[in-house]
Amino acid sequence: MLGVKLAYLNLKEAGLRTWLNVAVLSLTFIFIVGYQGLYVGMLKDSSRAMIDEEVAGGQYWHKNYDPYDALTLEDSHGKIPVSLEELINQKKATPILIRQATIYPAGRMQTAQLRGIDPAQTIVTIPLSFLDNNKEELPVLIGTKMAKAKNLHVGDSLIVRWRDTNGTFDAVEGKIVHIMKTQVQTIDSGVLWVPLDRLREMTVMPDEATIVTISQDVSKYESYSGWPFKDQKFLIRDLTEMVKADSVSAKIMYVILLFLGMLAVFDTQILSIFRRRKEIGTLIALGMTRTQVISLFTIEGVFHGVLALVVSAVIGTPLLYLFSLKGMPLPQVTNEYGFALADRIYPVYTAGLVFGTAALVMVIVTIVSFLPTREIAKLKPTEALKGKLA
Amino acid sequence: MAIVKIKGLVKRYPMGGQKFTALDHIDLEFGKGEFCGFVGPSGSGKTTLLNVIGALDAPSEGSTVVLNEHVETLSQKKAAGLRNHHIGFIFQTYNLLPVYSVYENVEFPLLLLKIPKEDRKKKVLDALEWVGLMDKIKSKPAQLSGGQCQRVAVARAIVKRPELVLADEPTANLDSENSYNILEMMVKLNKELETTFIFATHDEKVMKYLRRKVHLVDGKVTKDEIIGKGAQ
Ligand SMILES: Nc1ncnc2c1ncn2[C@@H]1O[C@H](COP(=O)(O)OP(=O)(O)OP(=O)(O)O)[C@@H](O)[C@H]1O
Ligand SMILES: [Mg+2]
Repeated sequence: MLGVKLAYLNLKEAGLRTWLNVAVLSLTFIFIVGYQGLYVGMLKDSSRAMIDEEVAGGQYWHKNYDPYDALTLEDSHGKIPVSLEELINQKKATPILIRQATIYPAGRMQTAQLRGIDPAQTIVTIPLSFLDNNKEELPVLIGTKMAKAKNLHVGDSLIVRWRDTNGTFDAVEGKIVHIMKTQVQTIDSGVLWVPLDRLREMTVMPDEATIVTISQDVSKYESYSGWPFKDQKFLIRDLTEMVKADSVSAKIMYVILLFLGMLAVFDTQILSIFRRRKEIGTLIALGMTRTQVISLFTIEGVFHGVLALVVSAVIGTPLLYLFSLKGMPLPQVTNEYGFALADRIYPVYTAGLVFGTAALVMVIVTIVSFLPTREIAKLKPTEALKGKLA
Repeated sequence: MAIVKIKGLVKRYPMGGQKFTALDHIDLEFGKGEFCGFVGPSGSGKTTLLNVIGALDAPSEGSTVVLNEHVETLSQKKAAGLRNHHIGFIFQTYNLLPVYSVYENVEFPLLLLKIPKEDRKKKVLDALEWVGLMDKIKSKPAQLSGGQCQRVAVARAIVKRPELVLADEPTANLDSENSYNILEMMVKLNKELETTFIFATHDEKVMKYLRRKVHLVDGKVTKDEIIGKGAQ
């Protein structure tokens, strides 16, 4: 096509300026894909951890259970439906009983959650083997976050108080048997993992549970009355939201970078239309319509985007690949976010991310290439030939 | 049959609230195969008249018929079509596309006309042969002398075999030898292809070649001079 060739030649002629624009656009593209890839990787990593260690194939919740409202915990327990119990016996599900408790680490009263789980279960990967072989004291497993917050160490004893079904307070001495490292905050913060049978015994709630987590191998979910099913997607939605919210500051960076690219191309377009008025007049005298001239200049601008994508593919591919292998180390501070993270995150580039970013860059380049060409529509050919602007 | 028919043409420019009359009631006709020009002092309206004929500028009054098209009512797109198909332009400053080679500059009007490749090549080479630039086909305008540039511009103007060529001071930037070369070439084209040439000039060298001189002063035709047996 006539316009494409002429646009290409003109860009070649512009030399350094063209490459400057292309460099800014490529940088923007590579930065967005790389950085956004980190968030995708972070989300993937966190949700994998969350699925492995907490969510598994989904959970049946006791109808009163609301993790956002601690007050509901009082009534969130019940007998497990028989058919669900069958699933548990087949080792395709595991019940968890959650009770409110009070602990006294270093003599200060603090609320905590007792979570009873079968140490022999295989549905979620928590180091429960530590909960076994204990006699007198209640064996307690906690996460690193909890250990740090309450200043607890392996071997520490602590008083655990709870109320049974009748509302009577009772207490037992617990012993921290293990501190597990986990990125899943919901199984860490404020949670004391204890053997299920001990908790049922303590609270006089035989055969009861708050949550029944099912195996990822189960593909068909029956519904049980009083036990609504929560699927994986629902259970990790908070994580998704948090990563989204966290990426806002990154998005501001993208906007600034895109804006710079926009400005560079916009400026180039304005300048080249200003400088080449006489050429515009000549093209019109040779029989081009204004629309043809406008598309010629627009194509020229859009070409910056095309070149940028080519450059990004050539330079960005090895660069981003290397990044995905090396990952990015996370400073410990990041752990103070709403969710805990692995020490190192590895970016993941989805097709949607790459093509979406490419499309975004192209759309923006097209708009800023086209906008300045409106000047051409106002240009009188006779004035243009004289080299004057309307 | 007249190629250009101008009746009562007035062109006014706005000038600080008032209007400046650049062309004042012009009546003119040009037939096929004429080799003629507008002559007159600077500011007399030569370029303006040429631009109106070339449908680059809209007249304020009167009727201007170029190749059976009423220029005053032509849409922007139709005007482009008229120029594209039937009119060749030659400018004082050559106005070649700097990024194109000689060949590509001459080829450009044919690309706009969507002429098939083989046909195009033949026409471009023919035109370049005419102006004697076969050895500069691959050069860029920046590598050519002024005279060579203007020859490329002539080739570009005539490559599509237009009925009408409008040349605004085509020799103003050339020395006399190059001017004569260009003019001889145009005369030859005019004879062989019966292309109508209209010049705007105050160059004596050009005037010597004109077979008809339309004298303009302050936007008015003061004299329409036919020389020799050239014009019909
Ligand atoms: N866009 C414009 N606005 C106002 N006045 C104009 C405009 N274009 C031309 N004129 C005026 O119209 C008159 C005729 O101009 P034109 O360019 O046709 O002269 P010319 O005969 O070609 O002169 P020259 O020999 O110097 O090229 C001049 O007085 C000029 O100042
Ligand atoms: Mg002039």
